[in-house]
Amino acid sequence: MSLKVPVGAQEHVQGDPNAKCTLVEYGDYECAHCGRAYPIVKRIQKHFGKRMKFVFRNFPLGEMHPHAESAAETAEFAGAHDKFWEMHDRLFESQPYLGAPLYLKLAAELNLDPEELRNAVEKREYAARVKSDFTGGVRSGVNGTPTFFINGERHDLPFDYEDLLGAIESSLALT
Amino acid sequence: MAAILPSGATAPDFTLHVTPDQTLTLSELRGKPVILALYPADWSPVCGDQMALYNEILPEFHKFGAELLGMSVDGVWCHEAFAKDRRLHFPLLADFEPKGGVAQKYGAYRKADGICERALFVIDKNGVITWSYVSPIAVNPGADGILQALENLPK
Repeated sequence: MSLKVPVGAQEHVQGDPNAKCTLVEYGDYECAHCGRAYPIVKRIQKHFGKRMKFVFRNFPLGEMHPHAESAAETAEFAGAHDKFWEMHDRLFESQPYLGAPLYLKLAAELNLDPEELRNAVEKREYAARVKSDFTGGVRSGVNGTPTFFINGERHDLPFDYEDLLGAIESSLALT
Repeated sequence: MAAILPSGATAPDFTLHVTPDQTLTLSELRGKPVILALYPADWSPVCGDQMALYNEILPEFHKFGAELLGMSVDGVWCHEAFAKDRRLHFPLLADFEPKGGVAQKYGAYRKADGICERALFVIDKNGVITWSYVSPIAVNPGADGILQALENLPK
């Protein structure tokens, strides 16, 4: 399976834009497996440095995870104020506490207006963007979370540190 | 792996229980596309993922006017508990008596194991299969194939 939606200008990208390898994660802030993947991705980013960039896309399973969509929309709100990654990290680090009180607290920590955030989440202002990530993911063969794509190819092995490391090394060797 | 009914074949009609006191007949759905998703068992981790995923994608399927039906050999009470636990918004058919009878007609029954294959069928509004796919039993086939098949239906 390969990625149907190329990484675009509006996306959340961390790392060198010219890096040879692109790691895309489709994730859900309330998914325990994504929570487990979060520090692994951090280690992978540290290991590859300038050789890899990381892209996060939303894939909230809202029927199963009641806070997944509001968390994704909170991160998008922060993204609209150039604080996407700060919020993304804090959401994963506070996974058991997802919900409006946490979002407001995190917004205040990041010097974002909590009232504006509350409105944005209540009015579902970022729902369309989240949905568009989700739909693109489905078309690319995302069948659960987290799903990783390495240079556009779906990573079907486990997402343990060694597995991801090996897969990215192999992909880099091809470029 | 069983030879499942291919595209072009007429989808065998069936009447199965969807709840303890309700049945569903495939031919009653004529006029709209039907997605028939056979899976091995309620509660097993992969199925949970697959059915949970389809549950999330349901609005996309509905855009095509399509109905999604899940099917396994589990009984109605088991389906009811499973659907409630996973908050599924689509019917689960119990291919329970005779066990796997419908799955066999679709060529998607694993006799040795006594369970359905993980098989997908897209049936058009006239009751003809336009796409079918059988996935390795442990692999969640996702929804991209279904969406592509729905897109390929004549408008």
